[in-house]
Amino acid sequence: MTPIELTKENFESVVLQSELPVLVDFWAPWCGYCRRIAPVLDQLAKQYDGKLVVGKVNIDEQPELEERFGVEIIPTLFLFRNGETGEPIVNPGSKAQIEAWAGL
Amino acid sequence: MKIYDVLVIGGGPGGNTAALYAARSGLSVAVLEKLSAGGQMATTSVIDNYPGFPDGVDGFELGQQMEQQAQKYGAETIYGEVTEADLLAEPKVIRSSEGDFAGRTVVLATGAYPRELGLPGEQDLRGRGVAYCATCDGMMFRDKTVVVNGGGNTAVEDALYLSRLCAKVYLVHRRDQLRASAVYRRALDEQGVEILWNSRVTALKREKRLTAVELEDVKTGEKRELPCDGIFVAIGRVPDTGLFTGQLELDSAGYIVADESCRTSVPGVFAVGDVRTKAVRQVITAAADGANAAHFAEEYLLNQL
Repeated sequence: MTPIELTKENFESVVLQSELPVLVDFWAPWCGYCRRIAPVLDQLAKQYDGKLVVGKVNIDEQPELEERFGVEIIPTLFLFRNGETGEPIVNPGSKAQIEAWAGL
Repeated sequence: MKIYDVLVIGGGPGGNTAALYAARSGLSVAVLEKLSAGGQMATTSVIDNYPGFPDGVDGFELGQQMEQQAQKYGAETIYGEVTEADLLAEPKVIRSSEGDFAGRTVVLATGAYPRELGLPGEQDLRGRGVAYCATCDGMMFRDKTVVVNGGGNTAVEDALYLSRLCAKVYLVHRRDQLRASAVYRRALDEQGVEILWNSRVTALKREKRLTAVELEDVKTGEKRELPCDGIFVAIGRVPDTGLFTGQLELDSAGYIVADESCRTSVPGVFAVGDVRTKAVRQVITAAADGANAAHFAEEYLLNQL
């Protein structure tokens, strides 16, 4: 699967009610580091298809979600399990670092 | 364990050019990249000094295209983080998060990362006011007051970039003149960047985020606080050679010693791009290294037969 574009309208159903863990990336088109991890998120969505959902929140278009999760820096990644989230990871430096943090 | 003729560590312009040239010579090639193609240039929105692109080229796109071009001729890309390198073994062994790989030759293209200030609280304030890449994080400081620390081309480019976004930009430099190209000086004045000479940053003041920096006048020792929302650190780069220490010759700053042939002190191991000892660290000189390294790797392999 490819990453799902998340909005304040679909966040509840796609993320909070998901049976699978959901990796949520807060990003913006002007953010260089966000672009660098974008190919990694595509790979994760494909590699862990059926085990993990990958979603992306464009903070320019979804300021409510940015505010709700207190995102001050991008890229920030959250992992949701059963509607709950733990410590986010900020600007991960490698695919391996994301996998280790998410327990993949 | 799969053995490649050429195993490249790092997917920036140096690494992917080495892969392109080696693959086109009919050698088996893999590039190990921990994140995505392009290396440092991938966070640069416009590269204006890579020939052939009079209107500039997006660094991220250029990285992707270099990777695709290498792949087109048979180079593999493995998205793994290298954890250990045995460059003295025969063949050379690279361990990574995606498994172990062997190379008859290895091209080290690990690049460099921004030098930190080394001040207390710096790690924790990263993203809360402390930043290292103006084009990456500048937008977070729209209409704010920022400090750029450094006196080289990167610092001046950062200051100019930020001056178009921010309410106020200070350039803090420990000397009384800039190392940056003369062409930038006038631009700084025109953009209203205020230069604070003979000053160094000695502390980061904070609440939840950065609120000010403490500056010391290097001549008088006098200290003062400068309120700001952010500081962009541009005081140079550090070569990413930690994994190779003790295996091949490094200079005192940690760069891998190699001339234009890119041959290191270990036969069959080559260094390209920013990680190599050289005078000019640019996308095009990294790419040039890649071509040279592939040539001398091929020569090395022929002599091994």
